[in-house]
Amino acid sequence: MSEMQDYKSSLSDVTSRKFETFSYLPEMNADGIRKQVEYIVSKGWNPAIEHTEPENAFGHYWYMWKLPMFGETDVDRVLAEAEACHKAHPNNHVRLVGFDNYKQSKGAEMVVFRGKPV
Amino acid sequence: MAKTYSAGVKEYRETYWMPDYTPKDTDFLACFKVIPQEGVPREEAAAAVAAESSTGTWTTVWTDLLTDLDYYKGRAYAIEDVPGNDEAFYAFIAYPIDLFEEGSVVNVLTSLVGNVFGFKAVRALRLEDVRVPLAYVMTCGGPPHGIQVERDVMNKYGRPMLGCTIKPKLGLSAKNYGRAVYECLRGGLDFTKDDENVNSQPFMRWRQRFDFVMEAIEKAEAETGERKGHYLNVTAPTPEEMYKRAEYAKELGAPIIMHDYLTGGFTANTGLANWCRDNGMLLHIHRAMHAVLDRNPNHGIHFRVLTKMLRLSGGDHLHTGTVVGKLEGDRESTLGWIDLLRESYVKEDRSRGLFFDQDWGAMPGAFAVASGGIHVWHMPALVTIFGDDAVLQFGGGTLGHPWGNAAGAAANRVALEACVEARNQGRELEREGKEILTKAAEHSPELKMAMETWKEIKFEFDTVDKLDVQHR
Repeated sequence: MSEMQDYKSSLSDVTSRKFETFSYLPEMNADGIRKQVEYIVSKGWNPAIEHTEPENAFGHYWYMWKLPMFGETDVDRVLAEAEACHKAHPNNHVRLVGFDNYKQSKGAEMVVFRGKPV
Repeated sequence: MAKTYSAGVKEYRETYWMPDYTPKDTDFLACFKVIPQEGVPREEAAAAVAAESSTGTWTTVWTDLLTDLDYYKGRAYAIEDVPGNDEAFYAFIAYPIDLFEEGSVVNVLTSLVGNVFGFKAVRALRLEDVRVPLAYVMTCGGPPHGIQVERDVMNKYGRPMLGCTIKPKLGLSAKNYGRAVYECLRGGLDFTKDDENVNSQPFMRWRQRFDFVMEAIEKAEAETGERKGHYLNVTAPTPEEMYKRAEYAKELGAPIIMHDYLTGGFTANTGLANWCRDNGMLLHIHRAMHAVLDRNPNHGIHFRVLTKMLRLSGGDHLHTGTVVGKLEGDRESTLGWIDLLRESYVKEDRSRGLFFDQDWGAMPGAFAVASGGIHVWHMPALVTIFGDDAVLQFGGGTLGHPWGNAAGAAANRVALEACVEARNQGRELEREGKEILTKAAEHSPELKMAMETWKEIKFEFDTVDKLDVQHR
């Protein structure tokens, strides 16, 4: 048995803030992001990119980056939009969304570029 | 031509056995497993079940002739052998929709599983499945919100949600109880849950529990930036008391409450589901007492029927068993009733114990809840079996972590996300589970510790498929 460890998380430590699915894993690398885009495309979902200032991440509505890419199946094009959003808003969380229009829900949603915690 | 009255006892099959009947789309259909008394022919036993669960009584009465009983009667229309059981047979019975009050699961059950279950001509009787006609489905409220709305409200997408039942189930003070909730939620769980036995006992009255739990939720939300909830159990001795507790939960801003639909009863459950719909409150449903009804393979009500009844009565979550945990259940059969809970149309599939097509129309689906004796090592199998529309609840598997609830919660969250990420990448979770978890643990000391703590428990995922799929 190793020694008891404290669980480091507090109101004053901004790195405690999470942002839902995959936010407990290390930040995704380029290959990891590509695979998730492939998954969304393979499901027939509509990819979309959204972003927000980290301090406003709790709200339901983040800023849309352009419009959802309806019917887009080109993984590189989706990745390019995610990159472009990240470049334009380097301090923001940028998330990848897969809209499932049959279930009227999001089949997938994950932050792929992490903003600066504040 | 009008009938004449002739008093006395007739054989049931003269009236209720109709092998040429073609069921209508609006009929209720039921499949009973029947073990007749010795010497009673199958047709007569099937007809007797049809009669006693609909219009029949033991003798002809003159008032029968004042109505059109041939319209209202239940009709036994088919008989089948039960695989692996020579004593029993399946009887298929169709009931006209007029026999049941609109929107009343209570009325449906009172007929289908009422007096007939004590009827002397059958030795044992089990309601295996029902087909609820769409016309009737549309008269029921169903889940107050359903899967899609709950995902939107709680902001959880692309993964199963995580929960934990707070233990010890009895005896904690409200303040200590709230502490346990807070620790779980800050560590990364989406929900915590009142144990079903927790109502409002002398050691912890409901009002204090609700107060402290809400503080725990609010602090955990502020700390993690994620939406959290705790199933506040409003199951109570009377409907009045139940609504009082539900109102207070709403006043506090709680997102979800909980009810035990079998011990509480279908009248209470349907009323509470309607209240939840009206008040924007999610509803978690526990199923205490189900095993009394559904465990005996020859007598009682199969859980797939209880699942359908709950979906009609209303609930946003329902416990379904885990397949892999301490309460092992048949995998194929479980997959069958999980579909009945979540999907909008479910095809007949005997390999999953589904005897009928079931069309739910526009009625929302509910989340399947897997709870009981599960821990991080089960995660790959759970994600495979349940998919995204489920709540995976780790009680001991969270609270029993050597470093406490928050660490236990974090371990489960990391394990879950690692499995979902790998699944999305096209990897086979049940085969590569160990590798996926081990890799994830490199970045999570909490997960590493959890894996060491529970390593003694057999890694059993590869044997799950060998479970008996035959309908026992």
